[in-house]
Amino acid sequence: MVLVVVEHAGGLVDELSLQAIAFARELAAGEPLDALLVGAGARDAAAQLGAHGVATAHVAEDERLDAFAPGAWARCVTEVVDRARPSAVVAAGSNRGNEVLAHVATRLDLPFAANCTAVGGDGAGGSSLDVTRMRWGGSLLEEARVHASLPLLSVAPYAVAAAPVNGAGAPAVEPFAPALEPADLAVQVAEHVEAVQSGVSLAEAKVVVSGGRGVGSADGFGMLEELAGLLDAAVGCSRVVTSAGWRPHTDQVGQTGTKVSPDLYIACGISGATQHIAGCKGAKKILAINSDVEAPILNNADYAVIGDLTEIVPAITAELRKARST
Amino acid sequence: MKVLVCVKRVPLTGGKMVLTEDEQALETRHLGFTISPHEECGVEEAVRIVEQHGGETTVLALGPPEAEEQIRDCMAIGADRGILLVTDGEEWDPQATAGAIVAAIADDDYDLIVFGNESADAGNYQVGIRVAHALGRPVVTGLKGLSIEDRRARCEQEVPGGRDVYVVPLPAVVTVLEGINLPRYPSVPAKLRARRKPVEQVTPQRPEPRLERLRLVVPAGHGKRAEILGEGPDAAPAVVDVMRELGVA
Repeated sequence: MVLVVVEHAGGLVDELSLQAIAFARELAAGEPLDALLVGAGARDAAAQLGAHGVATAHVAEDERLDAFAPGAWARCVTEVVDRARPSAVVAAGSNRGNEVLAHVATRLDLPFAANCTAVGGDGAGGSSLDVTRMRWGGSLLEEARVHASLPLLSVAPYAVAAAPVNGAGAPAVEPFAPALEPADLAVQVAEHVEAVQSGVSLAEAKVVVSGGRGVGSADGFGMLEELAGLLDAAVGCSRVVTSAGWRPHTDQVGQTGTKVSPDLYIACGISGATQHIAGCKGAKKILAINSDVEAPILNNADYAVIGDLTEIVPAITAELRKARST
Repeated sequence: MKVLVCVKRVPLTGGKMVLTEDEQALETRHLGFTISPHEECGVEEAVRIVEQHGGETTVLALGPPEAEEQIRDCMAIGADRGILLVTDGEEWDPQATAGAIVAAIADDDYDLIVFGNESADAGNYQVGIRVAHALGRPVVTGLKGLSIEDRRARCEQEVPGGRDVYVVPLPAVVTVLEGINLPRYPSVPAKLRARRKPVEQVTPQRPEPRLERLRLVVPAGHGKRAEILGEGPDAAPAVVDVMRELGVA
């Protein structure tokens, strides 16, 4: 049996967890698939998992689990491991998925391979398992061997597509009350502060107009904002720009910033360092506006305009206005 | 406040990933080195905490002898002392790394230990958690906000729709994300002072890896060059045509 740690909110299973389930099914290779769900709404979320091939859902029930506590989640995982003896434990390569599996790994003194994209041919059950995992935010892959009888793996976001199965009913639900110790709850969300949402969110925008060093100054972003306004787009930037203090870090696209997946990503004066590409390669199309025809961004873009962006960007804005007025 | 920041020497990769012939490492002969972006912010955060509350910041790195450069860079930002766990350049897996850090600091009573949320290169997301567990301390990860008051750390995480707040007593371990602050640029006098600060060296023994790197692979890329729509502002109509084709104009 392979165990998947499933995240959910408002009674719905997270997309990244559905991807982790698809990955785990591949790993299980016919063995049963179990899920662990923790916290409020777990039973509602569990009911959706049959359609993804989960046979049994272990549901941890205790009102102290309603607010996220990584140590308490780890306790739930180790209890199911002790009781049900899985051959591997899989979670989404989300913030919480990686965090919980790291806690499980240290409690059980096991290795943990984060952000896997594939498993090798051997499958689970032996004393080691070969995996492919992401390094450098996915700019490089690593084939690695996990030396453990119980491999702990997280699944890189969007490396695997969620894959519903036909004709499966709801999974058997096995509720349990974990034996939580005070130390398991020492780190727990104490408060949630709502964000004030303004404008189009970078992560969800259909178009992103992004600027790099070539924009030249904080003021230079004015023309990018103007174009973005016409396209209902979000404004992004490269790491150079945030390091210079021209834009806030919340605008940064890249390995250590936001990962975007718009229909069109317009990269203005961005050279195309791997750390930046790691954040924008999810775009359907990339348009590069750059003065340097040799810039690495041109190897990652679909379209390019060569020249001075301070002339090109306003010209595109004017052309769009003209096209709309006729 | 005694604050420890753990950093890792990593190459500045530029625009392309090129591997060594044996596919065991990046070809770094023509590359500079730095530390992970999250860790740069970790050093800045530690220095700010010590500026505010008094105390001392120590920077620790596990890496080849050359990693002393990165420790000196952190000292130019304001760290006071350095610890270099010297390796032969071979990568250590996260369990071994955490073990070596714990062995090196177990006798020191740091109030706060700061890590980057994950290293820029290996991205294992676990060394800070392993160190915290071994020391029996609380750990909060992925911070975008941190403040210390009355021996308690208020830790803020960005989550969908807002921020989650955790409050933990010191001593504690935190892992931070880029954006928690905007790191300062070191001044020339600060760089000169950094040369004279103490760096203690320890040479730990590397255990057999349990997460073993077999080989590195450059992922199949885009595989084509961009279609040039034109040069200068005259290309604007072609750009708008493309936007219409994509249904975004």
